[in-house]
Amino acid sequence: MATAERTSGTLEPIGYTRSPLGRVGVGLRWIALFIAVVLFLLPFYLILRNALSTEADITAPDWTLFPKDLQWGNISELFSNTEVPIARAMYNSAVVGILGTGGQILLASMAGYGLARIPYRHADKVFYAVVATLMIPGAVTFIPSFIVVSSLGWVSTLRGLIIPTLFSGFAAFLFRQYFLNFPKELEEAARVDGAGYFGVFWRIVVPNSLPFFAAIAAITFIGNWNSFLWPLVIGQDSSSWTIQVAMSTFITAQTVNIHELFMAVAVSILPLVLIFAFLQRYLIQGVTQSGIKD
Amino acid sequence: MSNSTDVRRTDSAAPGVRRGRGRRQKGIAGTTMWFWLFVGPFVIGLLIFSYLPIIWSLVLSFFEAYNTVTPSKFVGLQNYVDMLTDRNFLSSLGTFTIFAIFIVPLTFVLSLALALLVNQVKIAKAFFRSVFFLPTACSYVVASLIWKLSIFNGVRFGLANTVLGWFGIENVAWLSTVDPPWYWIPIITVRLWLQLGFYMILFIAGLQRISPTLYEAAYVDGAKPGWQIFRYITLPQLRATSVSVLILNLIAAYQAFDEFYNLIGNVNYARPPLVYLYGISLGSIQDLGHGSAGALILAVIIMIVTLLQNRIFGFGKAGD
Repeated sequence: MATAERTSGTLEPIGYTRSPLGRVGVGLRWIALFIAVVLFLLPFYLILRNALSTEADITAPDWTLFPKDLQWGNISELFSNTEVPIARAMYNSAVVGILGTGGQILLASMAGYGLARIPYRHADKVFYAVVATLMIPGAVTFIPSFIVVSSLGWVSTLRGLIIPTLFSGFAAFLFRQYFLNFPKELEEAARVDGAGYFGVFWRIVVPNSLPFFAAIAAITFIGNWNSFLWPLVIGQDSSSWTIQVAMSTFITAQTVNIHELFMAVAVSILPLVLIFAFLQRYLIQGVTQSGIKD
Repeated sequence: MSNSTDVRRTDSAAPGVRRGRGRRQKGIAGTTMWFWLFVGPFVIGLLIFSYLPIIWSLVLSFFEAYNTVTPSKFVGLQNYVDMLTDRNFLSSLGTFTIFAIFIVPLTFVLSLALALLVNQVKIAKAFFRSVFFLPTACSYVVASLIWKLSIFNGVRFGLANTVLGWFGIENVAWLSTVDPPWYWIPIITVRLWLQLGFYMILFIAGLQRISPTLYEAAYVDGAKPGWQIFRYITLPQLRATSVSVLILNLIAAYQAFDEFYNLIGNVNYARPPLVYLYGISLGSIQDLGHGSAGALILAVIIMIVTLLQNRIFGFGKAGD
C-alpha cells in the first residue's frame, strides 16, 4: 500500500533511460507514440463526427472529415425519440451510479474498518467468509443472482438493479487493507478524548482518508455506469433500462439511426469524461491500489 | 436497538463533551456489538446476495426448472451431463479459448510497450498517459457501437472499408464473414482499445517501483542499455505486476459478454460461454436448471485455471 501511494502521485523518471538506438531509437519511439495516440483518439473523433452529422452525411460513400453544418438538433431529436426512452435511461443510470456507489462505499468501508480495527473473537472467520466470495468469478453469478432477485419480485426495478451490487467483498477487502495501515496514533488520541468506535470512524478516520475514498468511489462509479450484463438481465421492461441497455437496444432495433445513436453515445460518456477531467489523479490511484477492477 | 448505542452516538456527535477514562472501558460484549454494527449489514447482504444465490443455484442445477426458480422435478446430474455433452456449450468454450489465445498475449505485450513508451517520454507525459487511459471511461456497449456502426461497418461508409477502398480493396463484411473469420478483428481490437490503458497504468506503477540503483549497478557492471537492461533488470523486476496482469486478463476474458453480445449477438460461430448461458437461462424459455449447471461448470473451470496459474507463477511473490 505504501509503495502504491508513493508511486501514484507524480511520475519521476527512472534512471538510465537512454535510448539503445541513439537518435534513430528516439525518433522511432516518437513515431510509435504518435501512431498510438491517433489510434486511441480515433473512436472519440468518430463519436463527435457522427453525433453532429446528418444521416445522409454519415452514410455517404465519400468520407467527410467533419460535417459542414454541425447538427446540434440531433440532441433534441434524440430526447424526443419515443422508441428509446433516453432521458429515463439517463435518470436510471444516474440513480444506479450514485446510490450504488454511495451504498457500496458506505457498507464496505464500515465493514473494512470493523474487520481491521474492532477486536472480536471470530473476526478472522468473518474475514475468510468475505474473502471467499472473491474466488467466485463475478459474471458467472448473474444466473444465481437473477434467481434470488426474481423471487424477491425485483425484476425491472431500480431496487433490483442496485441492491444486489452493493455488497462487494473486494471493496471490503481493499478498505480493510487500507485501515490496517491507517496511523493508530490518530485514532488513539480521539479515543482518549472519549470517542467510541463510531465517533472515531466518522470524525477521525473518514475525514483523513478522503483521497482513498475518492479513488475507490471513482472506479466504482465508472464500473456501475458502464455495467451492462446485470442491467440487461434485470431491465426486462424499458422503464428500468439503464443508458447502456438503452443504447444496446438501439443497435438491435429494426432501423438504426446512426446519428441519433452516436448522440446517445456522446451524452452517455459525458459524466465519465468529466470524472476523467477532474478526478483522474484519484482514478489512477484507484486503479493502482486495486488493480483488479474490470 | 439497545439504549447504549444511542447514548454513544449522541456522545460522539457532540465533540465538546469529554468523558472520563473510566467510562471508556468496555466489556467484551460491548466490543462484539460494535463489531457487528460495523460489519453486520455488509455480512447480511453478502449472505443474501452472494451465498444464497450460489446455494440456490446449486440446488436448482439438480432439478428441472423451466420459467421458475422453485425446484420441482429432481433430475440428479442430468443437467450437468446435458451441458457437458452440449455441442453449443462445448463450442462456446472453444470460442473462449481462441479469444484468450489472442487477447491475453496481445494485451500483455501492448500494454507493457505503452507503459515503457510513456514512462520514457520526457515531455507531456501526463498527456500521453491520459490519452491511453481515456478509453477506460467508455463502456463495452459504447465501444461496440463505434466499432460496429462506424469502423467495421460492412458497407462503404465504414471507416475500415473506406480506408481499404483507397487501395482498391473490396468491401469486407467484417462481422458476418466466417471464412476467413474476419469477425475476430473487431472483437479483439475493441477489447484492446478499452483495456490497454488500464493495464498500462498497472505496468507504469510497477516500473516506478523499480529502484534506480538497480539500473545504476547494471550500468557500472557494463550492461548495454536497451534489450539487455530490459531483459535482465526491468522484466524480472516487473514479475509481480506481470503475473497479476496475466491473471486478471484471463479471468476477464472468460467473462467476456458485452462486446460479443453487442457486436455479433447470439450466433453459433462466435459465442463465448456467458452469451450462451444468457441465451439458455434468460431467452424465450428460461431454463434455469441447465443455466445453473452451466454457470457452476464455468465457475469451477475459472477457479481451476486461476489456481493453476497461481501455482505456475507463484502468487506468493506477486503479493508484494
